[in-house]
Amino acid sequence: MATSTPNAQAGTGSSGPPPESGDDGRAGRRRSALLHRLDVKGVPYAFVAPFFIVFAAFSFYPLIYTSWISLHRVELSTLDFMEWVALDNYIALWSDERFWNALGNTVTIGVISTVPQLLMALGLAHLLNYRMRASLFFRVASLVPYATSVGAAALVFTMLFERDFGMINWALGTVGIDPVNWEADKWPAQIAISTIVIWRWTGYNALLYLAAMQAIPADRYEAAAIDGASRWKQFTQVTVPGIRSTIVFTIVLSTIGATQLFGEPLIFGQGPNGVTGGADNQYQTLGLLLYEEGWKNYQMGRSATVAWAMFLLLVLAFLAQRLIKRLRARTS
Amino acid sequence: MTTQSLRVRTDAPAARPPEEAPPARGRRPLFRQRAGRQHHAGPLAYTLLAIAAIVSIFPLYWTMVAASTDNTRVSQSPPPFLPGPNLFSNLARAWDEAAMGKAMANSLIVAGVIALSTVLFATLAGFAFAKLRFRGRNFLLMLVIATMMVPPQLGVVPLFMMMSELGWQQQLPAVIFPTLVSAVGVFFMRQYLSEALPDELVEAGRVDGAHSLRIFWSIVLPIARPPMAVLFMITFVHAWNDFFWPFVVLDMTNPTVPVALTQLSAGYIRDQSLIMAGALLGTLPLLAMFIVFGRQIVSGIMQGAVKG
Repeated sequence: MATSTPNAQAGTGSSGPPPESGDDGRAGRRRSALLHRLDVKGVPYAFVAPFFIVFAAFSFYPLIYTSWISLHRVELSTLDFMEWVALDNYIALWSDERFWNALGNTVTIGVISTVPQLLMALGLAHLLNYRMRASLFFRVASLVPYATSVGAAALVFTMLFERDFGMINWALGTVGIDPVNWEADKWPAQIAISTIVIWRWTGYNALLYLAAMQAIPADRYEAAAIDGASRWKQFTQVTVPGIRSTIVFTIVLSTIGATQLFGEPLIFGQGPNGVTGGADNQYQTLGLLLYEEGWKNYQMGRSATVAWAMFLLLVLAFLAQRLIKRLRARTS
Repeated sequence: MTTQSLRVRTDAPAARPPEEAPPARGRRPLFRQRAGRQHHAGPLAYTLLAIAAIVSIFPLYWTMVAASTDNTRVSQSPPPFLPGPNLFSNLARAWDEAAMGKAMANSLIVAGVIALSTVLFATLAGFAFAKLRFRGRNFLLMLVIATMMVPPQLGVVPLFMMMSELGWQQQLPAVIFPTLVSAVGVFFMRQYLSEALPDELVEAGRVDGAHSLRIFWSIVLPIARPPMAVLFMITFVHAWNDFFWPFVVLDMTNPTVPVALTQLSAGYIRDQSLIMAGALLGTLPLLAMFIVFGRQIVSGIMQGAVKG
């Protein structure tokens, strides 16, 4: 397939427009016709091939191979040596308290970070959709967090959430609230980590919503206005249904992101506590557990098992979404 | 989306006569078609937007403040709100002591190569999906979209084993190769080209005897230049900020920026203003890009968003 491109190039390049210039006789014409056919039939595959090759080699194959590894005992120091253990890793994972803890944390942080994030993004998009001055500034400004890497964002927020001299505790102090131990306590830590996620992705999602809002035909609003719908009613009955597919899209993206959460809790946990997600694993996510099993405890098989558990969680999340959608469709 | 909104705009004049717009709006016919919903922002909207902008920018501003003071000042309550005098000395120290210099060079290579190759391959594939006819096209396109749902983190263990077999551990190719082209990029280019590239142009090229690569080079590329630029920047941002896989496969001897930043958090460096200087340094290139090309990046993200 790949070789057809240069061939076709040489063929049509040397013999000129094939049908008219029949100097080199019938055979030549047939050859260039063949090359033309090859060009038309084969080249499209060559054009799309790089994507599929990269995906197959570095995403699909590893994904499948993960399940094979999860049935083995493999250590980081001796990667070539795989010992068949059947379902032992899964049994161990099932009875491992840290797994259930990490699963719970992934779900709770996922909810705390995704729900407010998408609701705020919806509000922000609505505001950005007004006709106004400096609209470009507001759009770029809301995208600034998206340009900040997990590393930088988590470092700053770690300092803002610092117990003794952090700005957030100081601000709480000015209104008479006692300092919160953001890192050590479970819920404060999860809220702080979610804040980092929310900060980084709200503006990005808002722009996705804004784009969808601008594609809603104006006459729907006019019709609603004629029916006497208030601004709020227009928002809930025209805007939100009008961008439904984008909302679903962002929910899917955020759900995937939430199951994979890694960098924020790692850096928030500064130093030795990073991978364990705090001294009591109070904010260890599945992503952190996967890394801890593989690269701290050197158990690659266990690590692969956690990866499969994450995949399963994702599948369950989507099934749940579909179920909810179906139930809602039935009730309404 | 550009073409889409262009089309909407050309529709607008036709729709104007029957619609009786209030005179105040008559000055800006461009927005006439939005009269039904495009209210002017009131003081409340401006206030809320200003708050949102402050919340978005403040953490970065404060990174700069912290990076410009010293360790003792940062560790006091109330925290500093205004920049101190040490910004450049702290940045210089972060460059040397925290290995940020090497990390920035590495990230530049990684993000640059990934962005270039993504743009090239995504444009080729996007062109094929948009304008070339071949068997299985729709199925393959569905496959591309489906792959967006597969988080790369899941295959990290085999990928790591693969890289150690190839001898690429701690090497930049280990980070570059898995992301040479992205499904999002392919889909983005496909959406743009199917709207912006007229079928007649491709047909005309064919009639003139041009082969596909020639058509790609002299017809598609000139038209696709704006979205290619946008895709380049968005891919660059993602590659620069990509964290999990580089963190797994690289180490501190040869880090990218996000990997080097974790070192800052790991407690080996006690100087908080130095940590913040490192964080600032790692963000500056992208911030500069956003300040210069903010408009293009915003429109690019919004274009990519609208999908049927």
